[in-house]
Amino acid sequence: MNRRLVGACLMMAAGALAACRKKPTPVAPVPLTPSAAATTDDGAAARAARERAVRDSLARARADSLSRAASADEAANLRAILEAPVLFEYDAADMTDAARSTLDAKLPVLRTNVALRIRISGHTDSRGSDEYNLALGLRRAAATRKYLSDRGIAAGRLDIVSFGEERPASSGEDDGAFMKNRRAEFEILSGGDALRVPPR
Amino acid sequence: MSIPNRSIVLRVALRTVFMALAAGTTVAIAQPGVRLGLIYGEGGKRPGIFVLPVAGPLGDSLRTIVMRDLDFGDRVTVLPKTTALPTPSGAGPIDFAAAARLGINGVVQLVPVAGGASVVLYDVAAKQVLQRRVLALPGAANSATWRLATHGISDLCEEWISGERGIAASRLAYVADGRIWLIDSDGANATPLTSSTRALSPGFHPSGQSVVYAALEPAGSAIYVTDLRGASRRVVPPSGLNISPTFTPNGTAIAYAHGDDFGTELYRVSVDGGAPQRISIGRGSDNTSPTFSPDGRRIAFTSGRSGQPDVYIADDDGTNADVLAALSSGAQVYRSSPDWSPDGRAIVFQSQLGGRFQVMVISLRDRVVKQLTTEASNEDPAWAPDARHIVVSSTRSGVRQLWVIDTETGRARQVTSSGSARLAAWSPRVIR
Repeated sequence: MNRRLVGACLMMAAGALAACRKKPTPVAPVPLTPSAAATTDDGAAARAARERAVRDSLARARADSLSRAASADEAANLRAILEAPVLFEYDAADMTDAARSTLDAKLPVLRTNVALRIRISGHTDSRGSDEYNLALGLRRAAATRKYLSDRGIAAGRLDIVSFGEERPASSGEDDGAFMKNRRAEFEILSGGDALRVPPR
Repeated sequence: MSIPNRSIVLRVALRTVFMALAAGTTVAIAQPGVRLGLIYGEGGKRPGIFVLPVAGPLGDSLRTIVMRDLDFGDRVTVLPKTTALPTPSGAGPIDFAAAARLGINGVVQLVPVAGGASVVLYDVAAKQVLQRRVLALPGAANSATWRLATHGISDLCEEWISGERGIAASRLAYVADGRIWLIDSDGANATPLTSSTRALSPGFHPSGQSVVYAALEPAGSAIYVTDLRGASRRVVPPSGLNISPTFTPNGTAIAYAHGDDFGTELYRVSVDGGAPQRISIGRGSDNTSPTFSPDGRRIAFTSGRSGQPDVYIADDDGTNADVLAALSSGAQVYRSSPDWSPDGRAIVFQSQLGGRFQVMVISLRDRVVKQLTTEASNEDPAWAPDARHIVVSSTRSGVRQLWVIDTETGRARQVTSSGSARLAAWSPRVIR
């Protein structure tokens, strides 16, 4: 019965995708996070997992239909887009205009490559307290994840972690170094092989 | 000839008895006619102490360590080895007249005996033995155990002289190369305690026998407890941010900061594990670096709840939270990293001045703030068990190193000298 349900969903999805191919429309965000209530017992957890699998396969099918495999050069370029860090102001976790455009560039790559899982690490410059800076780094990573998830990227694909001032990008003790160190970094955890180029 | 200052003797005696009562411990109360503490000069002046040359192959090591410990204690003036007091032969008498002329108030005599040393303190003004005891010196000569026992001799002498036990027999835990290290209070015997390369924020158990710390792992941070041989177990798994742990004063629980998408809050978890309970109510702000009052009923911590980081003080369940220290109007604030003194009377913290951290102490009786450091940058203050000295990480020698500062005189001494060291915690007295 479950398998039949999945099959039916996939057929419906294929129909929808066929329509899309003729008249391209923006890809709608796919809600992926199961509600907390759905995981209160094993049955509900299993059901949520099945639903998630269905949604993932739908999203993957749609993304595949609108994209194409990347060449080696293109894949390197996509990875560079995904891994480009975003920078922050002193003692702040708000998105600057530059940070927004860096993150906006990642959105189509993340939407097209639904298997991608990313770890966002938050970092600070060396000026604050070592311990409080770990909380600030986490705040930066969380704000970055929220920016992406507010734009349709499932939060479950984005891990967050903080290293505070423990892993500086630049070891200097001047404003230039401080600026480079107040950042969120992006590490591809999985799904980075066989990247696909987003549709134009 | 100067008249002995009896009021100092009396004050010391009363303080010692009061402290013993406050600590709920029993001490030998002085018999009638037996004094506690040394008779010495006018108020405020430190007693001059001379440690006699010590016979035997380990004599000079013993003498040097005790002299340095007494000096580091900042309660006495240690006279140099070159002081021309005649050394008594064998059990011969001390030349008290000569000692008085040389500004010596107390003479320490160390005589090696089998497996230990006989320790004698002479009161120069009274021309008699003030205290005498034989102490064991276990372990090989100059081994860590032997040195620790020697520090115990120094601490006992300091107690005999001033009424306050010294802190030489204690250790510091700190972070260097991403590992937790232990070092004796005098900077000897630096030993790595963990192999983790991302360990932070050590804190001693009230027994002094274990250390809690945070470790930054690839997927998040976790809290561990290790014994002093390095056998560690995980108390909080790496989910989100788990940092700045500290034992509660009774040693049964650990308070720490846990961060997720909704900010970083303080939690408490039993040392045996189980479900953490939330302490702070930060409403989405960042709250870190908890420290308890000695009775465990109050907590101080860093919080960004009003925008910029500041030190708050609250009940142990996070209620009745208040800014610890008033602000000079219009000043930009970045205050953090509090540590509550072992006597409960003061809190040290760091405050950014002109882009650098300096260490401050606030008296909890009148909330008067005193700045303790000015040179270079000084961070991560932690109290010594005497509630008088603190350890900080300071850049005054170039890179961050541990320095001990006497909060009463401001005198500073460097403890570590290689690599870079920070985030120190001070153990309780190892020998009590």
